[in-house]
Amino acid sequence: MARLWQVTKLIRSKNAGPFELTFDVIFKDHETYEKVRDAKLINAEWFARTYRLTPEVVSIIHYDAASAIKITIPRPAISGDIDDTDVFGGQQYGPLVDLEVP
Amino acid sequence: MNEIRIVSATGILGSGFREETLKRAMSLEPHFIGADSGSTDPGPHYLGSGETLFSDSAYKRDLRLILLAARAAKVPAIIGSACTSGSDPQLERLVGIAREIAREEKLSFRLAAIHSEQNKDYLKRKLHEGKITPLANAPEFSEQVIDRSAHIVGMAGIEPFVAALEHGAEVVIAGRSSDTSIFSAMPVMRGLNPATVWHAAKILECGAACVVMRKYPDCMFATVRDDHFIVEPPNPEYRCDPASIASHNLYENSTPYELVEPSGVLNTFSAKYEAVSDRAVRVSGSTFTPAARYTIKLEGAELAGYQSVLIGSVRDPIILRQFDSWLAGLTRAAQDRIAAVFGAGIEEKYQLDVRVFGRNATMGALESETRIGHEVGLLFQVTADTQERATALIKSVSHIAVHYPVPEWTGLITSIAYPYSPAEIARGASYRFNMNHVVAPASPLEMFSIDYQQV
Repeated sequence: MARLWQVTKLIRSKNAGPFELTFDVIFKDHETYEKVRDAKLINAEWFARTYRLTPEVVSIIHYDAASAIKITIPRPAISGDIDDTDVFGGQQYGPLVDLEVP
Repeated sequence: MNEIRIVSATGILGSGFREETLKRAMSLEPHFIGADSGSTDPGPHYLGSGETLFSDSAYKRDLRLILLAARAAKVPAIIGSACTSGSDPQLERLVGIAREIAREEKLSFRLAAIHSEQNKDYLKRKLHEGKITPLANAPEFSEQVIDRSAHIVGMAGIEPFVAALEHGAEVVIAGRSSDTSIFSAMPVMRGLNPATVWHAAKILECGAACVVMRKYPDCMFATVRDDHFIVEPPNPEYRCDPASIASHNLYENSTPYELVEPSGVLNTFSAKYEAVSDRAVRVSGSTFTPAARYTIKLEGAELAGYQSVLIGSVRDPIILRQFDSWLAGLTRAAQDRIAAVFGAGIEEKYQLDVRVFGRNATMGALESETRIGHEVGLLFQVTADTQERATALIKSVSHIAVHYPVPEWTGLITSIAYPYSPAEIARGASYRFNMNHVVAPASPLEMFSIDYQQV
């Protein structure tokens, strides 16, 4: 069983402005991307559970041109606010790295 | 053929680029040099305080090379989002640096400074007219939010840049502006297809970020024609491929398919990315839909309080085995001590937070991992209404933390390792981003005044 990091070129998180957090999962090859995309491994329910949100606020976009899946959620705290832990939003992708790929 | 060649000096002014790469890019005869100088990524401090992400020396190094190259080639240099947030003090700072360079290098040019800082009365009027509307996940907005803001900037589109260029500006330094408008202004002004132009601008705005493997910040080059553009890194060590260019649309965006600008929306859904060599990519097929309503995005920051912090670590396995109860007890004891020293009512005037490195400092309450390592780092943080109070309070926390007991040890223990003397650090003002809204101005230039100076 492969893990997500093994089939991707890059998994990253980053601010999309101070109020949103975005994740990019960029696959090494298009076939694996399609397989993971179609298996809905990365879905709104999983994100909602992991990042404690309602599934309705999770946006998931399949970006065929780059064999990538993009997920955007409201930021857990506004960037740089007193309760924020990660000003750039750059270290929030940890839970994705070892996801099992079917 | 109508063609505009563009060099983007670097992803963010002050981060650097290779002198040799700019020289090579200039040999391709660009029509202008552009560079973005801003970002909200490093947080609200820069907009709130007016300070800058990089040192004056770093800005000067990059701007000197850009101005020398642009004046030698007699093409415009266009810089956007001056010194991080593009507020008036930051714009003034970058204009000052440009003037200093001109003096030292004996350059002379016509300079346009575009102001993006917003007038509070103007914004209140717009609010009452119902012309300010929220974007995704926006906080509450009101007249009080406007009043509390230390600085508010509007993100300019291409129109102020076009006005400056039409007015004969040879160097344009703008306050806050969309990253892409820096690169789109001249090609749109010269009549190129806006869809091609905005897509090229999105690829260019981060400098060399769109290459396959970026090892250090550097320049990027694009040739923009009506129905396509070709992007090719001027640094021979770098290469772009269709995947690296397509992937760049993902960066810092909530969607790779849409880029919202004041004047419309770029849609890249049907874009085609084709290799024209092993290091250049041809892009075509995007569309641009003009906006029904012209809008300018606002950015604001207000004071959230003053902070003092305390950094330490714990290595004792006995403490770590009961870490949560030890820390909870310590925090309570610190709050009790603060109440004893500063009296009733003090709890209204401060907030004590603890970040635990080695446990959940990165993800906070979202962390699902429960294990703890052989040591943890602790960051105590007091936020208060004045710096004096924040520092006074953190001193009480500091003394409680250094001797907080566990039942297993008899006698006085020293329970935390402090790397510094003094252990407490005054962090200064802490700011908060307080708006994610757009304004509909009466005209694209209404919110941006332009000063022209002969340097």
